[in-house]
This record gives sequence, C-alpha cells and structure tokens, in this order.
Amino acid sequence: MATTQIPDALLVKNYIAGDEKALATLIEIHQSKIYGFIYSKISDRDVTDDIFQDTFVKVIKTLKSNSYSEEGKFLPWVMRISYNLVIDHFRKNKKMPMYRETEEFSIFSTMSNNEPNIESQLITEQVENDLQRLIQELPVDQKEVLIMRMYQDLSFKEIADLTGVSINTALGRMRYAIMNLRKVIEKNKIILTN
Amino acid sequence: MAKLYSERKLTTSNLLPKKETIRFLLNYSKALSIIKVGNFKFEYMAN
Repeated sequence: MATTQIPDALLVKNYIAGDEKALATLIEIHQSKIYGFIYSKISDRDVTDDIFQDTFVKVIKTLKSNSYSEEGKFLPWVMRISYNLVIDHFRKNKKMPMYRETEEFSIFSTMSNNEPNIESQLITEQVENDLQRLIQELPVDQKEVLIMRMYQDLSFKEIADLTGVSINTALGRMRYAIMNLRKVIEKNKIILTN
Repeated sequence: MAKLYSERKLTTSNLLPKKETIRFLLNYSKALSIIKVGNFKFEYMAN
C-alpha cells in the first residue's frame, strides 16, 4: 500500500490556518532529524530536549504570527533555528559552565570553601587570648608601645609623641617587647599558630 | 570477511525527544494566540 506524505508547505499552511494536528504531523516527520542534529552537537539528552523545545517554540511563534514566508524550505529553516540555539547554548556555557554531578565526580570536590571552619575559629580565638595574656606580662613601657603599634595601628612617630620619648626609644621598646615575647613563648613551649 | 572494529558507532541510534516535550509543544501551540496590531505583536495564552 502506497503511503502519501503531505508536503511540508501544505502542513504549514494548514497549521497557520488553525489546524493544530498539522503541527503534530510536522513534528512527527522531522523530530528525529532535528533532535539528532542537536544531540550530535550537545551530547546531553536533557539539554538537547530543552533546545528542541526552544526551537519549536520559536517555530510556533513565527508561524502563528504569520511572519513565515513559505519557500518550500521548512526543514532547513527549523534546522537553522536549532543551530543558532546550539550556538547560544555554547556561548552561555562558556560564561557559566554547567557541571553535572555523577557518581565519580562531585563539583564540591573542586570547589573550596575559604571560610574558616568552627575548629579554626576556636583555635584563632584561643591564640589571640593567649597572646593578649602574654602581652600583659611585659614591662609597662614595652607593653604600651606594642599595643599602640599592633592594635591601634599608630606610627612610631605618633607613639613617640604620645609617650613623650624619641622615635628611637619607641623603636627600641618595640624591639625588646617582641624579643621578650619570643623568650616567654619558647620558655613555656606555647604554640601560637593555627 | 574480517569484522570492522571502530571506536565510533558507524550509525547513530534513532534519537527522539521526550514525549513530555512533544506534549508541551502541542499544548503550548493550542493555548497560544498572537495578534498583530500595527508594528506590535501581542501574545496571549488561553488557560
């Protein structure tokens, strides 16, 4: 039994005239070719489905708005739309690549969270507390200079002016403060690192 | 005759879109209406 295939031009004409079945026929005839084409570029079934859908949404809108001029090239026209959408997909993906989680690969194994975890935070807090207690053990003049320099961010000129000494004296006090702190840390085998 | 071994498949299997995709497109088409007024196009979806 011979099968007669309705030409695309007639199906398009019927669809524009309101025959929704004509669209179903058009999709049925051409879906394999169009889907296969998209998949050959994308190699991902889900994305291919999306692009296939977007292609035909454009086709539907163009036909329904009577913007399509029939020149006997329905399939090449649809393929062109799908091709452009594939290009758009690659352009978008370049800017924001999509990583799909699989059993072998998890995006979290490459992404790192730079925020300190709670353990690090506790250790940092402990270290700062220990350091402050050690600073309290320093002689007053050395303690004063160290606090002004490290915690109040003053320049040595400003420290010298405030404490009524020369810059060299302020520098000297700072040097001794650090040397004394080191001695205490080494003597007591204190660990001040995170 | 010796067998031909190739890494790439010589023929691709017949791939088709999901039935849901087709169903969506057909429903979308039934619901969509476009009206042209001058240079403007108005799309509306009938529920």
